[in-house]
Amino acid sequence: MEEFDSEPTVTWIPGVNSQKKQMCFDWGPGEMLVCETSFNRKEKSEMVAGCPFIHIIRKDIDVYSKILRKLFNESHGIFVGLQRIEEELTGKSRKAQLVRVSKNYRSVIRACMEEMHQFAVADKDSARGRQFSSQVSILSAMELIWNLCEILFIEVAPAGPLLLYLLDWVRLHVCEVDNLSADVLGSENPSKHESFWNLPGNTQTLTELELRWQHWHEECERHLQDGTFASNPHLESLCKVLLGDDAALLEQKELLSNWYHFLVTRLLYSQPTVKPMDLHLYAQSSLDLFLGGESSPEPLDNILMAAFEFDIHQVIKECSLALSNWWFVAHLTDLLDHCKLLQSHNLYFGSNMREFLLLEYASGLFAHHSLWQLGVDYCDHCPELGRVSLELHIERIPLTTEQKALKVLRVCEQRQMTEQVRSICKILAMKAVRNNRLGSALSWSIRAKDAAFATLVSDRFLRDYCERGCFSDLDLIDNLGPAMMLSDRLTFLGKYREFHRLYGEKRFVDAASLLLSLMTSQIAPRSFWMTLLTDALPLLEQKQVIFSAEQTYELLRCLEDLTSGRPLCGEPDVQQLQDDDIETTKVEILRLALARNLARSIIKEGSLEGS
Amino acid sequence: MVLQHKDGHALALVHKDGHALALVQSRLSQEGRRIFFAFGAGLFVPALRTEENWLSAATVPHQKISKTRWRPLPPGSLQTAETFATGSWDNEENYVSLWSIGDFGNLDSDGGFEGDHQLLCSIKHHGDVMDLQFLDQERIVAASSTGCVTIFLHHPNNQTLSVSQQWTAAHYHTGPGSPSCSNAPCTGVVCNNPEIVTVGEDGRINLFRADHKEAVRTIDNADSSTLHAVTFLRTPEILTVNSIGQLKIWDFRQQGNEPTQILSLTGDRVPLHCVDRHPNQQHVVATGGQDGMLSIWDVRQGTMPVSLLKAHEAEMWEVHFHPSNPDHLFTCSEDGSLWHWDASTDGPEKSSLFHQGGRNSTFLSHTISNQANVHQSLISSWLSTDPAKDRIEITSLLPNRTLSVNSLDVLGPCLVCGTDAEAIYVTRQLFS
Repeated sequence: MEEFDSEPTVTWIPGVNSQKKQMCFDWGPGEMLVCETSFNRKEKSEMVAGCPFIHIIRKDIDVYSKILRKLFNESHGIFVGLQRIEEELTGKSRKAQLVRVSKNYRSVIRACMEEMHQFAVADKDSARGRQFSSQVSILSAMELIWNLCEILFIEVAPAGPLLLYLLDWVRLHVCEVDNLSADVLGSENPSKHESFWNLPGNTQTLTELELRWQHWHEECERHLQDGTFASNPHLESLCKVLLGDDAALLEQKELLSNWYHFLVTRLLYSQPTVKPMDLHLYAQSSLDLFLGGESSPEPLDNILMAAFEFDIHQVIKECSLALSNWWFVAHLTDLLDHCKLLQSHNLYFGSNMREFLLLEYASGLFAHHSLWQLGVDYCDHCPELGRVSLELHIERIPLTTEQKALKVLRVCEQRQMTEQVRSICKILAMKAVRNNRLGSALSWSIRAKDAAFATLVSDRFLRDYCERGCFSDLDLIDNLGPAMMLSDRLTFLGKYREFHRLYGEKRFVDAASLLLSLMTSQIAPRSFWMTLLTDALPLLEQKQVIFSAEQTYELLRCLEDLTSGRPLCGEPDVQQLQDDDIETTKVEILRLALARNLARSIIKEGSLEGS
Repeated sequence: MVLQHKDGHALALVHKDGHALALVQSRLSQEGRRIFFAFGAGLFVPALRTEENWLSAATVPHQKISKTRWRPLPPGSLQTAETFATGSWDNEENYVSLWSIGDFGNLDSDGGFEGDHQLLCSIKHHGDVMDLQFLDQERIVAASSTGCVTIFLHHPNNQTLSVSQQWTAAHYHTGPGSPSCSNAPCTGVVCNNPEIVTVGEDGRINLFRADHKEAVRTIDNADSSTLHAVTFLRTPEILTVNSIGQLKIWDFRQQGNEPTQILSLTGDRVPLHCVDRHPNQQHVVATGGQDGMLSIWDVRQGTMPVSLLKAHEAEMWEVHFHPSNPDHLFTCSEDGSLWHWDASTDGPEKSSLFHQGGRNSTFLSHTISNQANVHQSLISSWLSTDPAKDRIEITSLLPNRTLSVNSLDVLGPCLVCGTDAEAIYVTRQLFS
């Protein structure tokens, strides 16, 4: 096991005292449940009033920030777009695309920052306002880091333009974030620079530029040594600044808000054509000089330093430790992975770093009351563990309305997650049964192709029919169509209803043969045969003969099957005796009716054949 | 000079970043697709074509939007739509909000409106907003997942919303064998001032009047499955769609809980999620289903749809005929798309395209009705079966589809839609 880089921080749960009470906990995919147990440590100790709550502990608290929802929603769209650009693009156009994506991410961070800033200003004095402004500074740090990563890893600026990018980087963040005056750099007003900055950068090679700059640099140095500006200390120090003299620059420390500002200024005047590979040397010495041993570097300094060292892995690691959300590392890592920069870093985690971070972020989204829909796409783009993760999370989404359930179902059906589809439909079917909505329950079990549950619901329908003597939910049962085949009981329900319809339409012959076939084909449950035979009575009593002789024999056989198979119970009570009495009478009536029908049918058939 | 130059460069970068920001905000104006039908033997599948000059700014309300509705204009008004209402869903706290799209003259280069939607007022709503309808210009009726139906009143003077009337348990379930009841979501509402009709997961239909405390009429067990939507056919008849693919017509003059007519898709029992009636030809009805299919019905004849049009890839959540230009129809879907269907038959571009295509198979396949061509001129373009005439051109209005577009509304040249990605899109140039 890997050792920890730092001691994990202790999170206090308000209202819980683990000194007095034994705690228990359970892990969820994105959160943890903690509660007190009634277990007593010391036997017969005094009863301590316990905490009656179950606490839900969530990891990713930033997910619950209302303003950051904009960040999550907008970046979700960018993320999905990034996954689509892929492959067919190569070389320059691909790089341009990736830079654009990176800028889009940054602009979303900025937009959030601006909104958050407005809230912070509006709410200046309250604790909430302070919370907002601390969020603003976190967001601005995120953008600062992202921007530097963009320059170094995505743009991969070569020597020369690199410094221009870095200048812009410092300018953007020093001016806009820290709200310092926009012309900090301008305070060193190097009018002589004209010759340098007006150089037509495009036509000139790097060596030419270096030569000419060297020439100018030497000239400055000569002026200094000759004591050209000795009469005026300001001019002299200005000249030193132009030469990139560390001491002179540090004298102006209050103008330089931080060490990376110092670094870029220093590079501008001493190493304008700094190579990417040498950056970390200057960065390190700038940091050391700037802090001057007075304070130790902060997490942000370490992250930037890691970036200057081109240690992507370290950048992500430090960011994961320092930031209170997974959004940043997940999206940055994914983008860098698309730049094909992380291939060699696969070894350190279970699956790979990109997937690990994306799934951590996604599980935060799934834990959120309404951001769960965003999580789905992140899982989709994690080939190794995304599917399992999605399966785990999707089943835990509370299904408050059918509409929401339909959205969850759509997610599952699109991904052929049959097990989850079944389970969701079953939950909905159960809910419908509890609410006495049999029609809905049947619809859901048909959608889940859940034969057992369809049988259960069909039985309920039949029972209701036996009790009330009429069917409910005819609009559904009459329109079952092929879905009727899902379970035998459902088929029976549908067919039995069809019998009633035929009977209602006075299509007695069709009705009779359907009724008989229900018994002979064994579709009808045995317990229902007596009802079916009773239903045959009015048909037997019609003026014209409906059951043929052969059919009457069949009916007789069914009746005999039913009565002979009846087991004899031991001690019959009064109620049962009464029931038996009714039953016996029924059977007698049926036998009589069948016998009479048999007689009539034989006569009829005989006379027909005879005629 | 140097400095200026450098500043210029820095500005350019700021500008670049500013542009990147604008990119995100107005990303919808970049692409846009127009879709044409490819002819086929079976159901037809749309082919895509790009189109510029489309949609405008997104607003981020920090809530998933379930419903968007334009406030009706006063009768005889020549204004265009300005105010719309939204409802949210699936939040811990849900809201009904009113928005203004600001004044004219703010057109940006894309012809869209950049971020000038203004939240006028908001009021907390208990439960998901399942449906939303304006009763009149001041009053909004909201259907809740808690089974509650609320009328909100807008006070333009101090820009607030208040509850003016509420029916708390309009929809509810009764448990088996027990008198206890639990709330059932109210899924749809339709208004015809002062009448309000609501339907719900409990299969119940309620008729309310804005000034009555009790329901004027309730049809219990009107449907064995969930009722998804309701619309007026012609007073006092209403039309409902349910989760087993049926369309039922009810007449409030009749007692009992039986519909006067049931129409249904054959066999498949695909749930229907939305319904709208042609504004001028009251027998023409459009519905949208779970499979994304658009069905056009003629309720005067037959029990099956006149035509089935393959449309979206997932649930069609809403369908709307354009109220004053009913040859145009709009649909939105769970798959994140928003479509404009144009069945007006007099486009020269279209007829030339048709001839280039050189095909003469029936456009509306699955044509079921055999209409006599006697009253051709009176027949709606949506019911026409003449292959030379019925072409439908489809434009997809949102290019970067991600999450579901839950709702849309059209009024004059304006369209508003709301999505699960917590964005509202508005355009005021539907027909430009």
